[in-house]
Amino acid sequence: MEEIKLMKGNEAVAIAAVRSGCDGYFGYPITPQSEILETLMAEKPWETTGMIVLQAESEVASINMVYGGASCGKRVMTSSSSPGISLMSEGLSYIAGAELPCVIVNVQRGGPGLGTIQPSQGDYFQAVKAAGHGDFDLIVLAPSSVQEMYDFVYDAFDLAFKYRNPVLILSDGAIGQMMEKVVIRPQTARKTNDEIIEECGSWAVTGKRGRTRNISTSVELDSVEQEKFNEKLQAKYKTIRETEVRFEEINCEDADFVIVAYGLCARISSKVMEMGREEGIKIGLLRPITLLPFPTERLNELSKRVKGFLVVEMNAGQMVQDVRLSVTTDVPVEHYGRMGGIIPAPSETFEALKRFINKLK
Amino acid sequence: MMKEELIIAGFGGQGVLSMGKILAYSGVIQDLEVSWMPSYGPEMRGGTANVMVMISDKPISSPVVHEFDTAIILNQQSMDKFESMVKPGGALIYDENGIVKAPTRSDIDIYTIDAVAETVKMGNSKMFNTLILGGYLKVRPSIAIESVFMALKRSLPERAWKLLPDNEKAIKRGMEIIVKR
Amino acid sequence: MAGLKVEIKKENLVYKRTELLTDNTMHYCPGCSHGTINKLVAEVVAELGIEESTIGITPVGCSAFAYNYIDIDWIQAAHGRACAVASAVKRLHPEKMVFTYQGDGDLAAIGTGESIHACNRGENITIIYVNNATYGMTGGQMSPTTLMGMKTTTSPQGRDSSLHGYPFKIADMVAHLDGVSYVTRQSVHTAAATRKAKKALKKAFEKSLANKGVSFIEFVATCSSGWKMSPVASNKWLEDNMLQAYPVGDLKDI
Repeated sequence: MEEIKLMKGNEAVAIAAVRSGCDGYFGYPITPQSEILETLMAEKPWETTGMIVLQAESEVASINMVYGGASCGKRVMTSSSSPGISLMSEGLSYIAGAELPCVIVNVQRGGPGLGTIQPSQGDYFQAVKAAGHGDFDLIVLAPSSVQEMYDFVYDAFDLAFKYRNPVLILSDGAIGQMMEKVVIRPQTARKTNDEIIEECGSWAVTGKRGRTRNISTSVELDSVEQEKFNEKLQAKYKTIRETEVRFEEINCEDADFVIVAYGLCARISSKVMEMGREEGIKIGLLRPITLLPFPTERLNELSKRVKGFLVVEMNAGQMVQDVRLSVTTDVPVEHYGRMGGIIPAPSETFEALKRFINKLK
Repeated sequence: MMKEELIIAGFGGQGVLSMGKILAYSGVIQDLEVSWMPSYGPEMRGGTANVMVMISDKPISSPVVHEFDTAIILNQQSMDKFESMVKPGGALIYDENGIVKAPTRSDIDIYTIDAVAETVKMGNSKMFNTLILGGYLKVRPSIAIESVFMALKRSLPERAWKLLPDNEKAIKRGMEIIVKR
Repeated sequence: MAGLKVEIKKENLVYKRTELLTDNTMHYCPGCSHGTINKLVAEVVAELGIEESTIGITPVGCSAFAYNYIDIDWIQAAHGRACAVASAVKRLHPEKMVFTYQGDGDLAAIGTGESIHACNRGENITIIYVNNATYGMTGGQMSPTTLMGMKTTTSPQGRDSSLHGYPFKIADMVAHLDGVSYVTRQSVHTAAATRKAKKALKKAFEKSLANKGVSFIEFVATCSSGWKMSPVASNKWLEDNMLQAYPVGDLKDI
């Protein structure tokens, strides 16, 4: 039965995991995302759906537990916040290298180092450019509401299994800690072992009953073979870029200026858009939902008729580089950001936009 | 159109976050859009707890704002920070207990509620935030008191339902003791 | 050779190739213990009749490629993380036999945390720990279990406790943990030792299948290339030195 509940973004991730038929969650406490593990432990899904929940001794262990579970063709996930995701880099690379499906949630906080427990988008580069060593891509989804924290767990598992690729939900401390209404879907049954063998039998490690053995590995010492594998991966990423780009566009049809922002900054920017429209400034908003693949083509189309892009982020200017790479015209692209766990207020962001517009006059 | 952009700010332990949660929950019961954002954002740190609550009949764009329709202020630090952030024509509610520098703005409605003293009379210090909530409901009647009662019931575990009558009394009492300055 | 098969009558057959071993040529060096231990694993799995429900986790190191030799499902883990991988696999497949196969660099250096915590949680897995006191695959560097005075490429003057600390007796350590039910130390440097080791391995697997918590089996092993000795000299050196520091026998059996 569909229900509406008031809950935190972190709680929504946990409930979505159970309801979507996730088989296993492995995690380690870190602020501001510990409610995910706490909620799962309180829910006790092992008594209802049979989902297992395990508090690991570190993020390194968590991601390698995910590697093990994913190798079995199970729907498994972990979550952490920025410093913990750094610890998972090695494991993410192995998961990508073994072509395994899984879901990772990063509820970002400010850095570098131990930094702050307040929200940030400082891990954009890490998520889309350098999640680990070697040539590999994650698929990166950016929720901007508690409802999307819930929904994207489902979407992330679907994408992960469609492409046998790790999918990262890149959120932040504000979306994780805030409460909003969430529509909760009816329980989806977990896949049975037979269903997993039916769907993933060509690669999943389930015991070799009735078939030749499967080996989950990322090692290939023959360079010729390794390059062939790299080319196969790149072909997969190309397909993903061609078919999985998702974004939301508001008021871009007649816009003179387009704000590009994701996650919490998209919410703030949508308020800025309202404020601008009230003053007669034609502002639009493009919100990338997938940060990888990035809505490059759409931004380039828009660049041919808008007067400027303002990229709003909680960092020193990261996604702005991808916007600049997307745009082939000489339309100005500017960044406005706050760091250190500071959320840019709609009013100050609007002022930044007005300064940008005045500079262009 | 109904829209309320509210901040509740005070010390940790005063029930700031839970008061915000009850209000947000009440909004959900009235089928409104809500957001509840705890202690996050610029110039909002250091010993104090605060929560921004948005309630609206339209989708909520930003859950973070710096201009509020209403500010409920429960310590001096929060008064220093948030008095200036109330929109002209907005409301500021505070308990004079613990406030050494009273608000000075003349373009907003200022209300005081003697909640600390009332809890002493009631002999129940836990009713502090409930009294304040009652006062708020009196002066900003965007949320129906029945919705708040229902929200209280639904957000409390069943073993705590015996506390409901006291809470309901405190809300009604808060409505009586709030005064416009 | 084709005629050989018919020459041996069934009643005369005293030894045959382990059926669960694949036809792949082993990459292990002459005199290395891994080949024998791989074979023991294959024999035990086959004897227990669990080849279709066994999942092995290989490490990084020489035994990473054990999956080429034993015909079961395998997962190759990141360096040191085999016990974390195995913990998840066993919890998601409680009915399966799950074991790790790790060297001393993998289990007792980079993977100490994962190993100790899997033991402490009492995961129902068998940990096969092959201790040859050196990093074989990377060319004979010092490992945590390298003996005092032993020369390696990273302890060219010999292991010195003031520089490198002491040989790490991790089996003794995990024996103290409540999640562990069976800890034994074995070797395969003689036929007699190998027979004993096989019995111990079988017992370890049986305990895992009965969900008795962690079975931890250490094989004190040779690395003739890393030690820069002939196979025969390696076995002698193992007996005279390794077994003095790491004596064989059960450390815990409950």
